[in-house]
Amino acid sequence: MITRRGLLEAAGGALAFGGGGALTAPARGAGSTNSGLLWLSPLLPAGTRANAALDTLPGKKPLIRLTSRPPNYEAPLAYLRTAITPNDEFFVRYHLADIPQIDAGTWKLNLGGEGANGGLQIGLDELKKLPTFEVAAVCQCSGNRRGLFQPHVAGVQWGFGAMGCARWKGARLKDVLDLVGLNKDAVEVVFDGADGPILDRTPDLVKSLPVWKAIEETTLVAYEMNGEPLPHWNGFPARIVVPGWTATYWVKHVTSIAAVTKPFDGFWMKMAYRIPAGKFPLVARFISQETAVTTPITEIVVNSLITSPNDGTRVKPGHKTSISGIAWDGGYGISTVEVSADGGKSWTEAALGEDPGKFAFRPWSYDFTPVARGKLALTARATNKIGQIQTREPIPNPAGYNNNVVQSVTLDVS
Amino acid sequence: MRWLAIFAALAFVPASARAEEQALHLTQAPGVDVVEGHCGACHSLEYVPMNSPFLDAAHWDAEVAKMIEAFGAPIDPADAKTIGDYLKENYGG
Repeated sequence: MITRRGLLEAAGGALAFGGGGALTAPARGAGSTNSGLLWLSPLLPAGTRANAALDTLPGKKPLIRLTSRPPNYEAPLAYLRTAITPNDEFFVRYHLADIPQIDAGTWKLNLGGEGANGGLQIGLDELKKLPTFEVAAVCQCSGNRRGLFQPHVAGVQWGFGAMGCARWKGARLKDVLDLVGLNKDAVEVVFDGADGPILDRTPDLVKSLPVWKAIEETTLVAYEMNGEPLPHWNGFPARIVVPGWTATYWVKHVTSIAAVTKPFDGFWMKMAYRIPAGKFPLVARFISQETAVTTPITEIVVNSLITSPNDGTRVKPGHKTSISGIAWDGGYGISTVEVSADGGKSWTEAALGEDPGKFAFRPWSYDFTPVARGKLALTARATNKIGQIQTREPIPNPAGYNNNVVQSVTLDVS
Repeated sequence: MRWLAIFAALAFVPASARAEEQALHLTQAPGVDVVEGHCGACHSLEYVPMNSPFLDAAHWDAEVAKMIEAFGAPIDPADAKTIGDYLKENYGG
């Protein structure tokens, strides 16, 4: 019943620590000393709020633990105040609990598939010999903010922090595929990683991309994150990086890349990570996986986040106050961030900060001087360069994806 | 055979992780042992309270069915009913 597929596949010999045991999140509660980090939206389910806690995975700063096995840890708001998220503050998300530690020296990447002109196995040194490319890009879970949907839907009840932005460096996937040669009849490229399920009957997380997206120059097999090797929890030693698209395609610990001539029909493509057709204003399509009713999730919807001050902060009337945050989208670039202090009747443009690239977080800030005492709700909304704008109401979908509802913080002016 | 499989699955989890997960006490009520045995074989029990208290009876049944049909959890119909009843009674919305 127990699959060790992950371990076997990661071989030519990658071994797990601990005598072949699945590495799961250890118990290292960070405790209450970091209580300022543990801000949980009141919109989250009560059971989520009661059980979420700060916890420190090896190599990470305290993150907000939603589940320990498999590990699902989100970044506190305080970690999302910069364009680039440090590696030790980056969120962690796994579907399945068999997560081997991989030895870079023995890790192998298998290339092939019936849509390729042959097969090949390469190691990390060979991957690193290919021309390098670096891109700053947001890695965001499709279900980020799922926990804020009303009504709630089942799943990991993420708040705002199932995302981060890093400088990813590696080989272009196109160059990797060129090592074996992509045939003209290839329609998708399929990725598998070394992590896998506990039971062999559980579908392994295997994902595919349409060929056009796979060979875009920004789609990578990345082995560095912010100038360092990928952290274990973020896909060491190599992961797929698909700037602009949600993280479901960013397969971690990648061990296999296969070109296929028919749409890949695995569970995680056919049954999961799908959204109702036509409901979201998305440009990028994954036509070989579309049905009349649903389509795979593709690009990240335009979004923004107020990261400072925290909801409920007290500010003084007559004193200049600054609110700030980040905005991002699926790679069209942010054109404006606006702030409203009157519930969305009027909007004022915020100042945009550094621009690490069109796939990255774009910091913004807005200075104002509150006058009237009392509660002051501030709302932010982002618009991208193709005119897409955040929604005011959630777009219902069964799995709670693509939540880009405008966010508000309420300040106490007193 | 089924319980052997579950035991084997549990045995793969390091003691430290199990220790932490034991600290999460599901509501003590009829069926809790079946829930812990089956659900805890593949994932930590945090998934239960995290998804509460908003799932109604039909949605909890759907979650149990998904674990069996989509994810291959080896749970017989009697245990599935016990699990569903427990979740609805103790974590229903």
